[in-house]
Amino acid sequence: MKKGVMRPGHVQIRVLDMGEAVKHYTDLLGLIETDRDDQGRVYLKAWSEVDKFSVVLREADEPGCDFMGFKVVDEAALNQLEKDLVDYGVEVEQVPAEELKDCGRRVRFTVPSGHAFELYADKKYTGKWGVSSVNPEAWPRGLQGMKAVRFDHVLFYGPELAAVYDIFVNVLGFYLAEQVLDPEGTRVAQFLTVSMKEHDVAFIHHEEKGKFHHASFFLDTWEAVLRSADLISMTDTSIDIGPTRHGLTHGQTIYFFDPSGNRNEVFCGGDYHYPDHKPITWKAEDLGKAIFYHDRVLNERFLTVLT
Amino acid sequence: MAEFQVFNRTTGDHFICQEGQSVLKAMEQLGMKCVPVGCRGGGCGFCKIRVLEGDFKCGKMSKVHAPPEAVEKGEVLACRIYPLTDLTIECVLLPEAALAKQTTTKTLR
Repeated sequence: MKKGVMRPGHVQIRVLDMGEAVKHYTDLLGLIETDRDDQGRVYLKAWSEVDKFSVVLREADEPGCDFMGFKVVDEAALNQLEKDLVDYGVEVEQVPAEELKDCGRRVRFTVPSGHAFELYADKKYTGKWGVSSVNPEAWPRGLQGMKAVRFDHVLFYGPELAAVYDIFVNVLGFYLAEQVLDPEGTRVAQFLTVSMKEHDVAFIHHEEKGKFHHASFFLDTWEAVLRSADLISMTDTSIDIGPTRHGLTHGQTIYFFDPSGNRNEVFCGGDYHYPDHKPITWKAEDLGKAIFYHDRVLNERFLTVLT
Repeated sequence: MAEFQVFNRTTGDHFICQEGQSVLKAMEQLGMKCVPVGCRGGGCGFCKIRVLEGDFKCGKMSKVHAPPEAVEKGEVLACRIYPLTDLTIECVLLPEAALAKQTTTKTLR
């Protein structure tokens, strides 16, 4: 049941070299740099997003993901969700307003898979980039590279999926849209949503805690996915797999790596979810087809290469 | 432009690496698979090798997979080293061992 969590709001990604990373996320992915802070972090957004930033890059000596943030509908919902998390036994940390520039206070917590999440209600509303909110044109001119439309979701790898499910579904009000079950009926992958999208965040079982599989960005069309593949070749960017289609979600996709080895996805399409939809199940025995619908064989790198 | 010979003692393979080219890139361009390939960005640690002989320059690598004390001993990521002389290397994650590791992750099965 919906509890006021609205949508993915931001992800903070660690990179080894800020210069190379900014070039990748702007020139290739087509995000727009919107700010920098005195910690040296760089703030970026995709053009159709209404808030000031959705991706924050932080230079560090180990790549990976620091946290993912979800925007909630208002301060009252934030207060209630914070209380619900505490009552459920989740330890929460207060991150003051402006720790991220132009973002309100954040409630941070770590789930048993080892991943940090945040909830927040306020972020500076800057509107869509390059188009007016009155009589808007179809798209802005001057976008670079893949022209990513929006930051869409993150896939994390870690243990204790059942405990993570309980927090996301029972406390935060997410729905299970798709799952992978092993022959014993244990859930080894869970795709969770608070929207009509097939996933706003997903988890795949992995022994090691806190691993980052990819951050994903939405594109409008299959043509745009193919064009992204062209750009990956033109820029000699490290490719993982694609263009192809997933069985899970049925999205059309391509995976590649940023210059620090963090995986990115751009994708289009995919199924939709309403609260009355029952979860879609894929069998772990058919994982090849579930992940790569055309090849029906796993690219082992997809399961093992993580930051 | 100078070229250097890379010898992988683990598999017995030789390949040429151009000056300024990473060892992993040189191997991949020749269609060889004697070092496991991951992210190619110094982040995942999949292509870890030990350099037994020869000099090289290092690019940025994750401190988790290539901590300074390991780099001292020549344990580096093949995607982020650029030979300055001929090199003799060995795999840290054996290509086979890498496969075995991958099978473990298939708790998914």
